[in-house]
Amino acid sequence: MSPVLALVPLAEESVPAETFQLPQIDYAALAPMLILFGVACVGILVEAAFRRFPRARIQLPLALLGALAALVVVIMTAGKRTITAGGAITIDGPALFLQGSILVLGIVALLLIGERTLERGGAFVAQAAVTANTEADRSQAATSEGASEVFPLSMFALGGMMLFSTANDLLTMFVALEVFSLPLYLLCALARRRRLLSQEAALKYFLLGSFASAFFLFGVAMIYGFAGRVDFSGIDQAVVGSAASPLLLYIGLALLVIGLLFKAAAVPFHVWTPDVYQGAPTPITALMAACTKVAAFGGLLRVLYVAFGRSQWDFQPVIGTVAVLTMIVGAVLAVTQTDIKRLLAYSSIANAGYLLIGVVALNKEGLSSSLFYLVAYGFTVLAAFGVVTLVRDADGEATHLSRWAGLGRRSPLLAGVFTFILLAFAGIPLTSGFTAKFGVFAAGVEGGQTWLVIAGVVSSAILAFPYLRVVVLMWLSEPSESTPAVSIPGALTSAALMIGTVATLVLGVVPTVLLPIATRAAEFIR
Amino acid sequence: MSLSAYIPIVGLLALGAAFALFSVSIAPIVGPRRYNRAKLDAYECGIEPSPQPVGGGRFPVKFYLTAMLFIVFDIEIIFLYPWAVSFNKLALFGFVEMVLFIATVFVAYAYVWRRGGLDWD
Repeated sequence: MSPVLALVPLAEESVPAETFQLPQIDYAALAPMLILFGVACVGILVEAAFRRFPRARIQLPLALLGALAALVVVIMTAGKRTITAGGAITIDGPALFLQGSILVLGIVALLLIGERTLERGGAFVAQAAVTANTEADRSQAATSEGASEVFPLSMFALGGMMLFSTANDLLTMFVALEVFSLPLYLLCALARRRRLLSQEAALKYFLLGSFASAFFLFGVAMIYGFAGRVDFSGIDQAVVGSAASPLLLYIGLALLVIGLLFKAAAVPFHVWTPDVYQGAPTPITALMAACTKVAAFGGLLRVLYVAFGRSQWDFQPVIGTVAVLTMIVGAVLAVTQTDIKRLLAYSSIANAGYLLIGVVALNKEGLSSSLFYLVAYGFTVLAAFGVVTLVRDADGEATHLSRWAGLGRRSPLLAGVFTFILLAFAGIPLTSGFTAKFGVFAAGVEGGQTWLVIAGVVSSAILAFPYLRVVVLMWLSEPSESTPAVSIPGALTSAALMIGTVATLVLGVVPTVLLPIATRAAEFIR
Repeated sequence: MSLSAYIPIVGLLALGAAFALFSVSIAPIVGPRRYNRAKLDAYECGIEPSPQPVGGGRFPVKFYLTAMLFIVFDIEIIFLYPWAVSFNKLALFGFVEMVLFIATVFVAYAYVWRRGGLDWD
């Protein structure tokens, strides 16, 4: 050992071991997440213990039961307000609301994931490592039973999302970010058909997601440099009273928000979205569009409202600009799309913009209307991707828009459902799209962000065009040779479609079934 | 806190870098050059690297699984060691949490093992 090193003084305050205290852990508050992670572990043991055939039959009921049990616990703990697990987890109104939304939307997505009647062996590939477009790959696409690992992976992802929206410090948040991202990267690569597209989607998502995680982590380091703490109430105090240079705060907040906006698919961090949404298996796209959006915005809301709410003059214009860009770019690029999954991806980007209005409003209405929007949009987008899984031919899903021409003549019921969903996306009254948009726009005006609301209305008008184009295509075009026959949905897809469509209608006609809950929940604790 | 406490470390860093640069650059100038096979062998530890596969630079994916498992258990040790040191203070709580932690790691291990991930061929 070099003598030079010995000159460096030891750490001045080394905590004596006797003062160590065990953290208080409120297991009832953590139970929903523990249930999901436990069920995911059991799912992996099922994978290890059983042969291929019974596995898929066990996994779906297991996952659904686990998610239902977690949902029951969330509902039972409604009204609880506590910070637990050594200050790592907050259970408050928004946390429970977001957890409940993630679970309900996740259950519907699990129904889509578990559908096996549309295609022999389900929507997932058996062995993702087989080289694409080889003889082995073609034969496994035709005959093999799909990988049943998708269920434990989805459960891990859902558990991570729940942790993400309840985290009370930035490090827990980062761990949760990774916990829900890594399974999603894998799930994107598991499409049964169009293997190369699916692998490309997974690789793009993984690489760009890793960059976003790195940005997030750098942001955490900067914030720690500024505040000396990573928990939200500590950062909140430091924002008001710290003598440290605010430069660290600005850099840290910017990097942190980039990481969060990436997951929320806001412009200019959206470029992965169309490729990933298109390449991923459609049930997984539905899971990402509904649940990941809830988690990402849940995290964004908590960080901006709880930790940085008092430096709002610093970030409001920036996030506002991002919101305008997101709405306009998403809407304009949606117009030019020729693939239904890419169109829905750009629509999801534009919807992230509308949600950002609620975030930027930074008032109670902003919070409650964002919560409502997340649930309303989640149901609608699940139903939309549910319809996409049904329009298919011998080569799998027919996602090119030209193939959808005249669909209304061939199968009026399905085309009717999809028309209703598109009208909901366009924000026509009597659909949840209208009530949700109205809520965030009203909150935006209340919060003094009228310019955002103007941009929102303009982009809604632009965005109505691609939706109506699809409606016209389905109903007013003659069916061509290449218009595929629509598959008869199995019980699971039917149930998912039914839940999504009915929720879209109910939340549009009688929004009071959910609005009071969202309003009551809309209060963060520090 | 004053930054002057770190000056010795910077000094050591500069000294080390200078020594390394000096040694590497002086050796070819003053050293004798006599061929000996042993000089090209792996030094002190490590095995002879296996020949590269035909087509260049690609490894079987099996190595990746072994490496991943190694990292998983390596990280497990990182957590086990401080727990063992303060076992008395953490008491039953620490024991239960650690059993749960080890169990989750072994879930992954059981999966890899049963699904044939450890069979080399």
